Amino acid sequence: MAQYLISVLDDTTNSATAEEMAAIDAFNEELKAKGHWVFAGGLASPSTATVVDGRGGEPVFTDGPYLESKEYVGGFWIIEAPHLDVALRLAALGSRACNRRVELRPFL
Amino acid sequence: MTDASKVIARVYREEWAPVVATLARRLRDLDIAEEMAAEAFATAVERWPVDGVPPNPGAWLATTAYRKAIDRLRREVRREEKHKEALVLSDPPEPLGAIDDDRLRLIFTCCHPALAMESRVALTLRMVGGLTVPEIARAFLVREDAMGRRITRAKAKIKAARIPYGVPFREDLPARVTGVLTVLYLIFNEGYLASDPGKEAIRGELTAEAIRLTRLVRDLMPDDGEVAGLLALMLLTEARRPARVSASGELVTLAEQDRSAWDRELIAEGHALVRARASPPGRRLGVSRSSPRSTPSTPTPGTSVTPTGRRSSRSTTSCFASTPRRSCGSTGRSRSPSSTVRRSPSRRWTVCRWRATTPSTPPARSCCAGWAAARSRGRRTTGLSRSPATPRRRRTSSVAVMSWAQRARRAE
Repeated sequence: MAQYLISVLDDTTNSATAEEMAAIDAFNEELKAKGHWVFAGGLASPSTATVVDGRGGEPVFTDGPYLESKEYVGGFWIIEAPHLDVALRLAALGSRACNRRVELRPFL
Repeated sequence: MTDASKVIARVYREEWAPVVATLARRLRDLDIAEEMAAEAFATAVERWPVDGVPPNPGAWLATTAYRKAIDRLRREVRREEKHKEALVLSDPPEPLGAIDDDRLRLIFTCCHPALAMESRVALTLRMVGGLTVPEIARAFLVREDAMGRRITRAKAKIKAARIPYGVPFREDLPARVTGVLTVLYLIFNEGYLASDPGKEAIRGELTAEAIRLTRLVRDLMPDDGEVAGLLALMLLTEARRPARVSASGELVTLAEQDRSAWDRELIAEGHALVRARASPPGRRLGVSRSSPRSTPSTPTPGTSVTPTGRRSSRSTTSCFASTPRRSCGSTGRSRSPSSTVRRSPSRRWTVCRWRATTPSTPPARSCCAGWAAARSRGRRTTGLSRSPATPRRRRTSSVAVMSWAQRARRAE
């Protein structure tokens, strides 16, 4: 089984409607029931991010996103699937549930 | 050329795809499969002139390539490779689709929708068609190293994203088959008129391979009108192959062809496919059935094409007009992809579909334009007259957006 990251692409934060949240919950339950679930979560806006550079002696903290873009990752799922065809199908269901475009990416 | 090198050249054409496909199934790695197949052929080049050609060259190559792969995997120390070795040695049975054919599995992998269309075509021509990277680069009008990188990237994605090696889920088949048909069609095209001016104009092994694979897809989806349509189109075109080249190797125009040399069996089979698609209700058909444009020109069974009749002259001219390269090529030259789509929004299929989704692609670099230019170059260098193309040019916009079934109806 391989793991895949499904990133939800969005341009606003916490914008899901009640129906979308219900659909997401139902999708999550389905993932768990079929053994695909690893983890999922929604993310706060990029403006709340802090960039941390610990490569030197003292860590340096910088306010704000490392990279600014109109669209960003608003949330994600990590799923397990035997191969890409299954992962694509789950990503399509996830996209329908949250009513957003998603990006599917395999873990190494 | 010595006898042994002639045999090797022939065996390469015939056995490349089966050897790669078998290795891909056993190794689950297209890269290693391709590399080991190439090494096996290199060994054959060294040994066959000395030791003689083995009685079953294909089996010899498959065994040699497989042994080389095992040796290589044993040398590797990484855990992943060891895991793969275990997989190879146990060679586990796997769930099969309706059809068990290594090459069909390979083609579904190479034509996966997660790959860009250009990559799908290039990868299939390399892995299944056995064309070399320079040959494919010429067909696309791109540099060799760029094409090499494209193929390498595609193979890397197949590996990293775990694109499965197998026939897709049944419910995914209709969508997946459309992509496969495009690729098969382009392989057929390469055989119909080779892109390399230095080679013989018609490469029968490619057209035969495209037909063979299309037959396999049809076995998988016997009710699909588009599969039947493409197969019919290929058969009706292939039927004229014996008459398309003169004794001196020049391409012969349709008007001058010896029609008694046309393959009547293929014509009959192509006609039967088209007619079977025309009648039964309730099946998924190509747009031809509902299209008023194609209906009047479709011959009735009573006036069907015969290889010598007057009727055949007219109807096979339209076959020529709807042969793949012109319609694809002319569109690539003269129509923007968006206009092609806008003009026929209801069409389910267009040859230039991938261009339509990437309107920013420069035409000269696009797949269609590449094939078009390669084809016209091939036609010039092989001496094929342009005359059949010219009067038909006005119709190309409609030809380009035809479904396979519709093209086959016209070809009939």
